[in-house]
Amino acid sequence: MAKRIDVTDVDIFYGAFHAVADVSMTVEPRTVTAFIGPSGCGKSTLLRTLNRMHEVIPGAHVQGSVELDGTNLYAPGVDPVAVRRVVGMVFQRPNPFPSMSIFDNVASGLRLNGVKNKKVLSEAVERSLVAANLWNEVKDRLGKAGIGLSGGQQQRLCIARAIAVEPQVLLMDEPCSALDPISTLAIEDLIGELKEKYTVVIVTHNMQQAARVSDQTAFFNLAAQGKPGKLIEIGSTEKIFSNPDQKATEDYITGRFG
Amino acid sequence: MSASITGTDKVTLTRPSGARTIKNSLAAVYVTLATVLAIVPLASILYSVISKGFHLITSSSWWLQSQRGITPRREGGGLYHALVGTVEIALICAAIAVPIGVLGAIYLIEYARGKKVARAVSFAVDILSGIPSIVAALFIYALFITVFGFGRSAIAVSCALVLLMLPTVLRSTEEMLKLVPDTLREASYALGVPKWKTILKVVIPTAFSGISTGIVLGLARVMGETAPLLILVAYGQGINFSPTSDVMAALPTMINSGRDQAQQMPGYERVWGAALTLILIVMVLNLIARGIARMSKLKEK
Repeated sequence: MAKRIDVTDVDIFYGAFHAVADVSMTVEPRTVTAFIGPSGCGKSTLLRTLNRMHEVIPGAHVQGSVELDGTNLYAPGVDPVAVRRVVGMVFQRPNPFPSMSIFDNVASGLRLNGVKNKKVLSEAVERSLVAANLWNEVKDRLGKAGIGLSGGQQQRLCIARAIAVEPQVLLMDEPCSALDPISTLAIEDLIGELKEKYTVVIVTHNMQQAARVSDQTAFFNLAAQGKPGKLIEIGSTEKIFSNPDQKATEDYITGRFG
Repeated sequence: MSASITGTDKVTLTRPSGARTIKNSLAAVYVTLATVLAIVPLASILYSVISKGFHLITSSSWWLQSQRGITPRREGGGLYHALVGTVEIALICAAIAVPIGVLGAIYLIEYARGKKVARAVSFAVDILSGIPSIVAALFIYALFITVFGFGRSAIAVSCALVLLMLPTVLRSTEEMLKLVPDTLREASYALGVPKWKTILKVVIPTAFSGISTGIVLGLARVMGETAPLLILVAYGQGINFSPTSDVMAALPTMINSGRDQAQQMPGYERVWGAALTLILIVMVLNLIARGIARMSKLKEK
């Protein structure tokens, strides 16, 4: 189910602007990889190239290759829509569809991809909500609007929506930055459980979070404003947080930077 | 400690000085007066229309009969013929203007956003929304009747009204689509949903109440337009359902046909009745628009 990701010599551009330079890394299946680094260093941009979501922004393009179990996502003839069915994403702010109920939100990915069978849909909705630790809170009000939930519940609803289509990889772009500590804890526990089935890549500004949830940590930095972001160091979370090879990594993690 | 705006470090909490109190009351008087001035003409129009027309619209014959064979000196008859015309012309107009306007707005916002074409079209639509109804009517007259050689008809009126309604529908739909956050589009793309399906199943349902409100309000606006009716179709006192016929009544032309009657004539009274009916229809459409907006808001809670 989960897949391995190989990023090789990736450069990302927004028009003429060189956003991320020369990144190579490997993400093993059924692991959590955290991207950390200062704002503007290209973590989110790189994350978005893993399911070609950056293409939503006009002028964005990528050089190099991103392989999912050996299949290059950027080979000619690859459909970005098909890529996103395999590589799901959870965003910074909870974004349930306001026109849909809780049930419809979770079912939306399947329904919009042509699944009509009611039994299949309701089973997938229950399974996904259970997996997102939200089932007990919402099982009696599945018909109510998704945006009536609290922020933390909304974010878990979005996670349920993302995993309902059974992706191979789940990308999370600062999924807790808009949430309170209790909701954050709920999401972090959830990430630990999701790891058993999915390959998870998470962008976070919260060092403790990276340390708590991830197996592998990648630190990004940029030399100056307007310069491309670079991968400074990647390694097991334990090593990055206790004994990093690069001084820049240590400075950033311990709060000594600039 | 840094100096405060009063120049001292002392905090003063007393009431403002006399000059400021006077300025404040003057401003309050001005804004109240302006509001009253704006309301007076509106209230007086409503008062005269209701006081002179209300006794007519309470009878059932007003809604169910035409003016066929009724002279200005006679009482009785109704506006069924004009109601048929107004509703039919408005529906034909909406059937043409709504799909073009909504689809055009979808293209401009979802596919051509930020491109030169989109900005040029939006600008042109803004200009179009300012054209007087008589110009739209004469344009359709020149095109349909002079160039193509068709006769005058209700359809021609509808087409002229399309020119007036299209910019309203297009611009309001554009604004509503712009209000749909990009994060929702991204959420849909991230589920592997193609763009066209995202627009159809996520973007439009989210903007639905706003779009339909814009449509209803645009419709309410063109229902009262008179110039295209005067130029492109003849007023008749009988009931006619055929939009291709060259005679069709409508509320604005019914009002127009009776306006030069002597004050005491029943025909003169009926002008007020028709005016009140038109205002009522526009009011009902506005209420419907509000209802749609509220209905979809309740769903969020």
